Amino acid sequence: MKDIVEIHWHGRGGQGAKTASLLLADAAFNTGKYVQGFPEYGPERMGAPITAYNRISTERSTVHSNIYYPDYVVVVDETLLSAVDVTAGLNPEGAIVINSGKQPEELRPLLKGYTGKVCTIDAGKISEEELGRNFPNTPMLAAIVKVSGVVEEKAFIKDMEASFKHKFASKPQVIEGNMRALIRSMEEVKEG
Amino acid sequence: MGIRERLSGNEAVAYAMKQINPDVMGAFPITPSTEIPQYFSAYVDNGEVDTEFIAVESEHSAMSTCIGAEAAGCRAISATSSCGLCYMTEMLYVAASDRLPITLAVSCRALSGPININNDHSDVMGVRDTGWLVLFAETNQEAYDNYLQAMRIGEAVGLPIMVCQDGFITSHAIENIELVETEKVKAFVGEYKPQHYLLNKDEPMSVGAYATPVYYMEAKRQQAQAMIDAKGVIKQVAKEFEEMTGRSYGLIEKYMMDDAEEAIILMGSSAGTAKEAVKQLRAQGKKVGLIKIRSFRPFPAEEIAEALKNVKAFASMDKDDSYNGHCGPIHAEVCTGLYANGVFGPKGIGYIYGLGGRDVRVESIQKVFAELEQIAETGQVGETYRYLEVRE
Repeated sequence: MKDIVEIHWHGRGGQGAKTASLLLADAAFNTGKYVQGFPEYGPERMGAPITAYNRISTERSTVHSNIYYPDYVVVVDETLLSAVDVTAGLNPEGAIVINSGKQPEELRPLLKGYTGKVCTIDAGKISEEELGRNFPNTPMLAAIVKVSGVVEEKAFIKDMEASFKHKFASKPQVIEGNMRALIRSMEEVKEG
Repeated sequence: MGIRERLSGNEAVAYAMKQINPDVMGAFPITPSTEIPQYFSAYVDNGEVDTEFIAVESEHSAMSTCIGAEAAGCRAISATSSCGLCYMTEMLYVAASDRLPITLAVSCRALSGPININNDHSDVMGVRDTGWLVLFAETNQEAYDNYLQAMRIGEAVGLPIMVCQDGFITSHAIENIELVETEKVKAFVGEYKPQHYLLNKDEPMSVGAYATPVYYMEAKRQQAQAMIDAKGVIKQVAKEFEEMTGRSYGLIEKYMMDDAEEAIILMGSSAGTAKEAVKQLRAQGKKVGLIKIRSFRPFPAEEIAEALKNVKAFASMDKDDSYNGHCGPIHAEVCTGLYANGVFGPKGIGYIYGLGGRDVRVESIQKVFAELEQIAETGQVGETYRYLEVRE
């Protein structure tokens, strides 16, 4: 891993992109990293495009600006590809991970000539099958961990299980569903 | 040795409040400080603190509540932002002149208009002459550490104190933090034992009495003296805090200033971004440095003058404008400080930057240094009243 990895999350208000960025910060924190997790605040409303950010580093980063040259981009809502320049500044050595049932090659033409890795994961489908509802957060989080390697996979799985157990102590069936969604996502993410 | 955690700046301040367990909180919510009373009210509800939480109908009443409670002999706290702070203004003067060491957490935000919820320092700068002590934090860690030191400082000199951080930029960003164990916090902050208080039946007194012209000015002079005395207290409390945590604080923080020829002066979260800019420029062999203001009130005029005396050019960075047609408040006070301390060599300019959440990047700060380099080389200052990265 580089000394500092910077990640952009693109989602729509209400889809949990901010929460996912905070979960990733948590996971990285738990493996001993320095983290920053912060959203870009504005006049948010349900459905409007929103951006959240992560800096994950081995030394504390003192920078408090937004991120302009991310190493990775996560797109929680495929419809944003035509509305937001999601690959702006994206490191060609990095990757973009998109929540979509399509193949990476089908989406590449929408990415304004981005030459790096394009990854897709059908987070909506996984979530509906494993959790019975469309919560793309957990599968998207698992996919970016898999693609970026920013958190070691085994440690990540163990850590997420502990955090689900804590969060859903009164609903054990949700813990299993979330864990299945997480592991499936890491297996099913397509790289192109 | 401390507790490794990750918290947002607002969470960190609420956690400090919980560890201190003050007597009274009077609060009214406003973005981006809302989370502070929100988290704290949960601690009250869960019985983790025994603070009397008074949910009031306005910030004016929040501060009035604190004034009543502190005058009675309690430790009183509040939190606010932006127009909430403006709405407290009348009572801020009362708190300071009644010499009530209330602690107020501020998550700084722009003022209307245009209406905007993001960060700048207009709110705190608007109340800078109310007689409050004012500390600024660069990070969530500093917001927490400043909060732990605040009551000691305020109570020692008998003045209320604001603990400020940048709204959203640190208030809502999760970052690593090292917390102090609660027993240590309690021992460090100690019990509040006011000399004079309303609920002391052995010493009947009145608070907020009328002062005729024969007395008013003496009261204000004493208030001014308390502010002067606070400089020593801030340093002393910081020294004890360093002994406990290893983290050192002063009135200002100097970063790579020893042989600096060009320097910037700023406060809040952008100081961290500016440190990265300085680091990169130093790697290119440029002699640059920065001064971060931690204590805005009292203003460290002497310390800044001392730190700047050998630089060729400097820029004061204001996240706020005074609309006086020539400079922001930090630049005004820095220049006065230089003049008062007999430092006439450095050429100075003022930058207004980061208003209403305008993102401040490493590159933004490097642009300022590029200007300073030119001023240092040519001796030509040019316009001294500048706006950074604005379309015009």
